[in-house]
Amino acid sequence: MKTLAIEYFAIFRDHAGTDKETLHTEADTPADLFAELSVRHGFPELQTVKVAINDEFGDWNTQLNEGDSVVFIPPVAGG
Amino acid sequence: MEFRIQTTALLPEEDRHALEAPSCGGYVSFEGWVRDHNEGQQVLKLEYQAYEQLATREGTRILDEAAARFPIENAVCVHRVGELEIGDLAVWVGVSSGHRDEAFRACRFIIDEVKQRVPIWKKEYYVSGDSGWVNCEACATPGHSHG
Repeated sequence: MKTLAIEYFAIFRDHAGTDKETLHTEADTPADLFAELSVRHGFPELQTVKVAINDEFGDWNTQLNEGDSVVFIPPVAGG
Repeated sequence: MEFRIQTTALLPEEDRHALEAPSCGGYVSFEGWVRDHNEGQQVLKLEYQAYEQLATREGTRILDEAAARFPIENAVCVHRVGELEIGDLAVWVGVSSGHRDEAFRACRFIIDEVKQRVPIWKKEYYVSGDSGWVNCEACATPGHSHG
């Protein structure tokens, strides 16, 4: 088990009903974590989602470590 | 070079002073305004959200890339977040350079990259009563995967 800090934005925030949470999880990778949270919060299937770990773009298959902060990034629409 | 997210009204007439330099013969700016329609829907207002830490990092990288590609003197981009009304200024890009051509090209490069890469999201509230996150609702169909 590890403890992660998750922050939600945009459509994921609406579905999660919160902007952040602390999570105890067995998830080893962002891909595992996203699958777990998608089930729990009922996230919609989106075409392109990116992940950020500790405020930098990360890889879906990287190893998550105790205390990491994780943000899932739905398709952006600035401008 | 400065990329910034702010909640208050953008003030290009103040931010443009950072671009002034004796070596510059040209200044080009782009203003993105809140429009009253999108993809056939009448829009009442917008809400912008940003992942500020990463947005600032990625936005700064875009400005640095613009400076590496085009011989410009300076570039600034400011994006507003929160609730915006029709006609409000949502994003401003300013570029100064020795000559006009590189300022035009760099300004275009910056706004195009910002729209594609910076983690900022836009929710539209429609006259019909519906609302939706732009680029997220239309593609929210089963069968698509992340990655």
